[in-house]
Amino acid sequence: MSLSMRCKWWSVGHAALVLAALLIGAAANAQLRIEIRSGVERPIPMAIVPFGFNGGGAPAPFDLAGLVTADLGNSGRFDPIPESDMLSRPTRPADINFNDWQILDVDVVLIGELTEDAPDRYTIVFQLFDVLRGEQLLGFRLSTARADLRAAGHQIADIVYEELTGIPGVFSTSIAYVNETRNPDGSQRFRLIVADSDGENSRVIADSPDPLMSPAWSPDGRRIAYVSFEGENSAVYVQTLRTGTRDRVSAREGVNSAPAFSPDGRRLALTLSRDGNLDIYTIDLATQVSRRLTQSSSIDTEPTWSEDGESIYFTSDRAGGPQIYRIPSVPPVDRAERVTFEGSYNARPRVSPDGDSLAVVHRNQDNYRIATVDPDTGLVQVLTNGRLDESPSFAPNGAQIIYATREGGRGVLASVSSDGRIRRQIASVAGDVREPVWSPYPRP
Amino acid sequence: MTRLKLLSASLAIAFVAAGCGGSGGTVPDEGTGGAVAPSGGGGADDSSSGAVTTALPGPGGSDISALTPQERTLVTENLVVYFEFDRSDVRSDFNAMLAAHGQLLATNPGVSVRLEGHADERGTREYNIGLGERRSQSVRQILLLQGAAAAQLATVSYGEERPAVFGSDEGSWSLNRRVELIYEQ
Repeated sequence: MSLSMRCKWWSVGHAALVLAALLIGAAANAQLRIEIRSGVERPIPMAIVPFGFNGGGAPAPFDLAGLVTADLGNSGRFDPIPESDMLSRPTRPADINFNDWQILDVDVVLIGELTEDAPDRYTIVFQLFDVLRGEQLLGFRLSTARADLRAAGHQIADIVYEELTGIPGVFSTSIAYVNETRNPDGSQRFRLIVADSDGENSRVIADSPDPLMSPAWSPDGRRIAYVSFEGENSAVYVQTLRTGTRDRVSAREGVNSAPAFSPDGRRLALTLSRDGNLDIYTIDLATQVSRRLTQSSSIDTEPTWSEDGESIYFTSDRAGGPQIYRIPSVPPVDRAERVTFEGSYNARPRVSPDGDSLAVVHRNQDNYRIATVDPDTGLVQVLTNGRLDESPSFAPNGAQIIYATREGGRGVLASVSSDGRIRRQIASVAGDVREPVWSPYPRP
Repeated sequence: MTRLKLLSASLAIAFVAAGCGGSGGTVPDEGTGGAVAPSGGGGADDSSSGAVTTALPGPGGSDISALTPQERTLVTENLVVYFEFDRSDVRSDFNAMLAAHGQLLATNPGVSVRLEGHADERGTREYNIGLGERRSQSVRQILLLQGAAAAQLATVSYGEERPAVFGSDEGSWSLNRRVELIYEQ
């Protein structure tokens, strides 16, 4: 069986870039642990065979199969069998005995080999097989440095996931979130953390005794905007991940909050206050020119951009309780158009990558839950069942929403598939975690 | 009876909050601003982190030493106003207390106070920033009506980020929906 090389774009440059953005800086104490609460009814049974290593008898520098197993297993869509159940451990196509896998009721088998070509140069070859048909589904070769083996493992998981589900994988993406711990004297400590989507590789990008909140990714995934209360008032900062450089974008008198990058990355929508009245503004990041978009005496906040950048969705209590509204992103601003009508509380909208749906916080009796709203019909679908669920953020493939919830009195993260079927809990090792935001796809 | 209990509980909380809050002198390096340590690289220095300045209006310092003993009691006790759920109008039972603060400020123009608005944990974080801001503005309006000058009053909203008590029950929530009056020393 010959190896097909279908993928040119997964060059090492890709992996190197992602890691450059994530490896610098101190490692965080708070790591996350993913646990499936409910998966699809029939996850795909599969086998991920430990990869062979050709490295002159030395032990493999990284357990690629282990990482791919964790990624795919934690997605809730696959059921990888344990290594101890495997009757054989092929690493090359010729060694596969399909009977060994049919007996185990496995639908697909992933095999691979890692080869050390030169010091710090590795080649990974992996192939996915359909067990019933005895056919190869895909095969790839990747070359990588040692430091990028973890990123390469996530790329393998992304490729396999897309082949088997038809949905692009998001294992190579990152999440940003806020971690709060309490010192022995009861005072708070806030950290803004960026981690791989599996919670590993976490690093602190800001650390403060004063609140940090509302992280937002730039569309290229290289910068994060956030709110910091250092200096006894709120201010909005934009920090470049690779260098740690940050710019103070807004520190006006009153509230400076809720930043959101425009899809072209040039503007920031945010909330400012004059005389205590919160309104939506945009700031051009290059010229610092700000524009006011709302003029009401209500609380107008939590702006987010439509996928084409032409509209801004936001929360307003102009009609009593908070509801979602939509306005054009450039003046002249017409009257805001109300989007949600179902329920007494709909807030903090986030637009799905395809623009067809909004994720919001929806109050259901006394419970705050994550729901999706069709922006055209206002139809609400509640996805979660917690008491204080908040801060929904779409994965860049639109298939999952990460959010913050409470468990045992602690703030934890969770994710739910956009259809509500798959639920995962992402626990923190230390303190409360909240305000998760999913990064865009890494750009080459 | 209940209200008395709530008030006395609030005093202890106000002291605790003042002890660990950002306004105290307990945080090293606070004077230089930039208490946040951004990290991410050994690369370029942050040009703005050292330049954080507080935007508090009012005179350079607050002159609390000139107060009468009665006024001193007021500015060290009775420093928290509580609110109903999702409301920002000041309850009538706090009118007398705020009138006393307003008159104190009117007769002592050298004294300034910072109004920190807070919300309970329910609802979204940014909406709660709005609610806390609105609450601090409600208190500000009453103080202005009592003769305080705008320059004596600063407001900030922490939303739900700085709870007075950590807990997810009505007892905790009712203590967290508040505005704290923090006299500048």
